[in-house]
Amino acid sequence: MQALTNKIKPVSRKPMSLWERMYLPAIFKGMVITFTHMFKKVPTINYPEQKRPFSPVFRGLQILNRDEEGRENCTACGLCALACPAEAITMECAERKPGEEHLYREEKYAAKYEINMLRCIFCGLCEEACPKDAVYLSETFAPANYQRKGFVYGKEDLLIPDPKTDPEGFAKAKGSRLANPQGHGNEH
Amino acid sequence: MLLNQTFLILDWAFFTEKLVLIIVVVMGSLLVAMYSTYAERKVAAFMQDRVGPDRAGPFGILQPLADGVKLFFKEEIVPNFSSKFLFILGPVLAMLTAMMIGAVIPWGGTVHLFGRDIALQIADVNIGILYIFGVVSLGVYGIMIGGWASNNKYSLLGAMRAASQIISYELALGITLIALLMLTGTLSLNQMVDQQKDHVWNILRQPLGFLIFLICAFAETNRTPFDLPEAENELIGGYHAEYSSMKLGFYLFSEYINMFLSSAVMATLFFGGYDIPFVNDAALVEKIGMNWTALLEFAALFIKILCFIFLFMWVRWTVPRFRYDQLMNLGWKILLPLALFNMLATGAISLLK
Repeated sequence: MQALTNKIKPVSRKPMSLWERMYLPAIFKGMVITFTHMFKKVPTINYPEQKRPFSPVFRGLQILNRDEEGRENCTACGLCALACPAEAITMECAERKPGEEHLYREEKYAAKYEINMLRCIFCGLCEEACPKDAVYLSETFAPANYQRKGFVYGKEDLLIPDPKTDPEGFAKAKGSRLANPQGHGNEH
Repeated sequence: MLLNQTFLILDWAFFTEKLVLIIVVVMGSLLVAMYSTYAERKVAAFMQDRVGPDRAGPFGILQPLADGVKLFFKEEIVPNFSSKFLFILGPVLAMLTAMMIGAVIPWGGTVHLFGRDIALQIADVNIGILYIFGVVSLGVYGIMIGGWASNNKYSLLGAMRAASQIISYELALGITLIALLMLTGTLSLNQMVDQQKDHVWNILRQPLGFLIFLICAFAETNRTPFDLPEAENELIGGYHAEYSSMKLGFYLFSEYINMFLSSAVMATLFFGGYDIPFVNDAALVEKIGMNWTALLEFAALFIKILCFIFLFMWVRWTVPRFRYDQLMNLGWKILLPLALFNMLATGAISLLK
């Protein structure tokens, strides 16, 4: 019968020579190999202490951004929810009342903003769709929870710390990741 | 009255001296066994380009303690259908026979303490090698009883394998020893070391004998490539499949103690024992005194033992396990004739001299 592929290698059935039957030279050769491995560099990264550097286009959990004065960027336009292929985002909008100008940048804001992290596929289309630079994918990843409902992230989980009161937390949440490395086309 | 006399006759200083020595040797073997488990994991890790245990203490040096505490706190399970007395006797025997070998090994020269000359050997019996041989053959009972008492097919298979393997390899081991005895003319380990101090080490006079002895020692201690009795992936742990908690710990420990003490035996028989290489011990005694020399001699022996332990581990992480028929072929068809040839050749050469 003709072979289906040319990858088959015939097994050598030759009887072993005396040198091979002595075993010990082969064992010694193997021991030399294992011994040299003792001096090789260990590729392990001790995870909680050391972290592997992220790629500049890494896509982790979403955050809701604020501007420099600590006001929320999101206007609850719904473009992110529309763009989301996994239908993970839901939101409800509300109108900004007088006296709330220091909280919300524009006169409409998201009263409720939820992302179901079990549905999310971390494609980053929400970030590309956002005209207000409000949704970013951060460098945070691998969340853990005891219940499914714990994975539905509300506004309190998503909002970035206030840059005015907590600049360190703000920088940490934003990370060193390049937002929209290719540009989302909504800049102008 | 009679009892009173016996107590008077008893040399109390001698008694305490030996008691202290026994405690030190037993504790020392346990400590070495503990850190052998750590070393084994580290060596395995380094040979496989990993880090190994490094969480408990700096570089993970507290790992053996953590393992020991874990084993103590695990639930003691005695299977319903097991024979309970034998089930407990198994690990006890394994541990006991492993420890007993340490009694006849000369750990160093003589020290002078409290006005007494103390030999660093628990019992200088004139049939030291025969004693070791006897105890090693007893060692199979620990495994056999444990495997039998578990009332489990896998355990029994592992125990059967252990018994036949140890008995098969003991033959070649014994015949190699005969060749060694022809050369040394003594059964006492102490005298053997003294001979090697004055002349060359026995490894140079018996290289083939040493090789056979080494391979048999691997088989006797159930180390890879001869770890068929506990083959994890075929027999789910072999003879200790049913064991838990510190009873399992005893089995695992006795394996490491066996490894330590068989290394000590090999170092004593073939590598000059506590002889410091390239140094005249008698001159050293005059220079730095008896006690310091004994300490250095003990250090020399210990380094030799550590090298052997490393060899045991090195081979374990290099060579895969033998198949059962291969094991028997090697033992009966290769090692036994080789050992016989070695014995005859040694005899012929010493006759012709």
